[in-house]
Amino acid sequence: MDGYIEQAGLGRILAKVRGGERLSLDDGRQLYEHPNILAIGYLANIVREKKNGNQAFFIYNQHINYSNICTNLCKFCAFGKKKGHELAYEMSVEEVKTKVRERLDEPIDEIHMVGGIHPDLPFSYYLDLLRGIKEVRPEVHIQAFTCVEIHHLAQLAGKPVDETLHALMEAGLGSIPGGGAEVFSPRIRQITCKEKLSGEGWLEVARIAHAQGLHTNATMLYGHIETVEERLQHLDALRRTQDATQGFLAFIPLAFHPKNTEMSEHSNTTGINDLKNIAVSRLMLDNFPHIKAYWVMVGPKIAQVALAFGADDMDGTVKEEVITHMAGAETEQALGHKTLIRLIQEAGRQPVQRDTLYNVLATF
Amino acid sequence: MQRIIAKIEQGERIDGQEFLQLEREASLHQLGFLANAVRQRLHPQPVVTYVIDRNINYTDICISACKFCAFFKAPDDPKGQVLSRLELAEKIQETQELGGTQILLQGGLHPDKPLEFYEDMLRFMKTTGIHVHGFSPPEIFHFSQLSGLSLATVLQRLIAAGLDSIPGGGAEILSNRVRSEMAPKKCSADQWIEVMEEAHNLGLRTTATMMFGHIETIEERLEHLQRLRDLQDRTGGFTAFIPWPFQPDHTPLAAARKIEKTTAVSYLRILALSRLFLDNFQNIQASWVTQGPKIAQLSLFFGANDFGSTMIEENVVAAAGVHFRLSEAEIRRLVRDAGYQPQQRLMDYTPA
Repeated sequence: MDGYIEQAGLGRILAKVRGGERLSLDDGRQLYEHPNILAIGYLANIVREKKNGNQAFFIYNQHINYSNICTNLCKFCAFGKKKGHELAYEMSVEEVKTKVRERLDEPIDEIHMVGGIHPDLPFSYYLDLLRGIKEVRPEVHIQAFTCVEIHHLAQLAGKPVDETLHALMEAGLGSIPGGGAEVFSPRIRQITCKEKLSGEGWLEVARIAHAQGLHTNATMLYGHIETVEERLQHLDALRRTQDATQGFLAFIPLAFHPKNTEMSEHSNTTGINDLKNIAVSRLMLDNFPHIKAYWVMVGPKIAQVALAFGADDMDGTVKEEVITHMAGAETEQALGHKTLIRLIQEAGRQPVQRDTLYNVLATF
Repeated sequence: MQRIIAKIEQGERIDGQEFLQLEREASLHQLGFLANAVRQRLHPQPVVTYVIDRNINYTDICISACKFCAFFKAPDDPKGQVLSRLELAEKIQETQELGGTQILLQGGLHPDKPLEFYEDMLRFMKTTGIHVHGFSPPEIFHFSQLSGLSLATVLQRLIAAGLDSIPGGGAEILSNRVRSEMAPKKCSADQWIEVMEEAHNLGLRTTATMMFGHIETIEERLEHLQRLRDLQDRTGGFTAFIPWPFQPDHTPLAAARKIEKTTAVSYLRILALSRLFLDNFQNIQASWVTQGPKIAQLSLFFGANDFGSTMIEENVVAAAGVHFRLSEAEIRRLVRDAGYQPQQRLMDYTPA
């Protein structure tokens, strides 16, 4: 099929991809602007198979959002609420423990827990959350608190980020999710989330976490006002950070969901835009081991197709997904383990159940 | 495989064995590239068409009781309905106000309405000037059985009353094993083909469909495509082929046995394989009604050159628990985003 890639004017990039050579930002621009999604997907699939063979990963996980109270109130977010808002909530440590206890009969390997930037919960609350979860389910891996939250927690603790992380790790933190990255561009942050930690600040927290031996993920929120150039700068910043630290596990492009946000004039992302972001990130982020097609965001159908367009991971069973569903996501809130396995098998891949750090737990 | 790929690239016809080999061995990328190349050869202009229309189901009362159907009501079910003239008129008016050009008119196999009932309905509808794309082959066959008239006579009378073209529904899988298990009271595969052949001979254009992903084997899908290709060789009367996967929710079939919903990858593969095998079909439609907007858009790279219809109203797939809605504006946006020019069309694929 290489002839089709050359016909599409992508022969030079194909040669680089086959030779394992790093793509330039100009290459990335050409890929983003190219109309032939099949050709982009084919190129991304070469890298995907080089790195992860025929395997497609998923995890058995539980999502918990301890609070939606947030002082940042980003315009693209339908989840965050001001304290006192009728839809605002916060869970006590006991309530979170109950959530964990309710599902003790399921083989959950990871608890994914994020919240807002809460104005007055003390640092001890976050430590108690981690300890509480570990009390109920000692063996579970807790992936919690985005870099934005970690930065906030360091301020609450009155300590540098590394010391804050040590305290959190001691209480049970296992790794850090990729949220809060949005698009690093100061222009985008000024318009959409000016209260939020800057892009540079986000990367700095990730670098410090990596230096403490904590793995993290990275995301990019696409499909709103960002330009191709801003996406490429975002990917480049992640690639440079990863060169220095090797601490990122997965990159997860996140499709913007406009409903119930202050940016509701935008349309939902298209299937081609979803696949393009997955494929181009696979091609540009040559030092990231994994690219995740998060089915909650793009839908199970595109996530399945994405396994041939660069992605090697479908995230997990999730359950009770709140953040994207408040923004009008019409996807299911949970996908059974068996459904995930079937989607992967019908895509011609081998399903691999993993833990957070991509250790293989079972193959199907 | 190399030989098959070369054949397709040179515009040669593939046979059934080659179809089966592609189905087994080709990657999603290979199928996409090949189907897209064929689509570009048939449609060198970067245009994707769609039609503005509405489904009108004149009745849900049906004696066929197909196991895959969540829409029908048995004749003794008090919930069964026949649409009134007033409802029909309102639906047509609403369609025309939205720029609609045609009505997709289909209904259940009603136990006792005479042929005159359908003739009157057509004459009434044609006073509005709208194109009536109506009565799938099982309905026509049923009219012929009830009236004791030949298929040709039934068709001629319907044409005289205003019927403009025939939709390809009720084809399901054109294999007698599948039909005798799923829909034993419906017309057979041969009879479905016979209705279409007669219609084509009388100058009516029709579409063809395939509902897959239930109890059929890949060989039976091939049999379906082979029958369609053979008939198209004889008549050239089909305008388009529309494959879509069985939607199991609320159907007797899914209640009786576990049937997994066809996944997106399997849909795209069959779509592309159909584009490759049906070399004498000019148009292939994407099915956003069953696949949603994202996969429908992607279908444009897997052989589809048409986005189907805006379906101002749709009842049959909705009864099986699937509720995607798309406006004309949204269809146009998806088509443009895929790099194509959207173009409203008529039933015969000429521009509206």
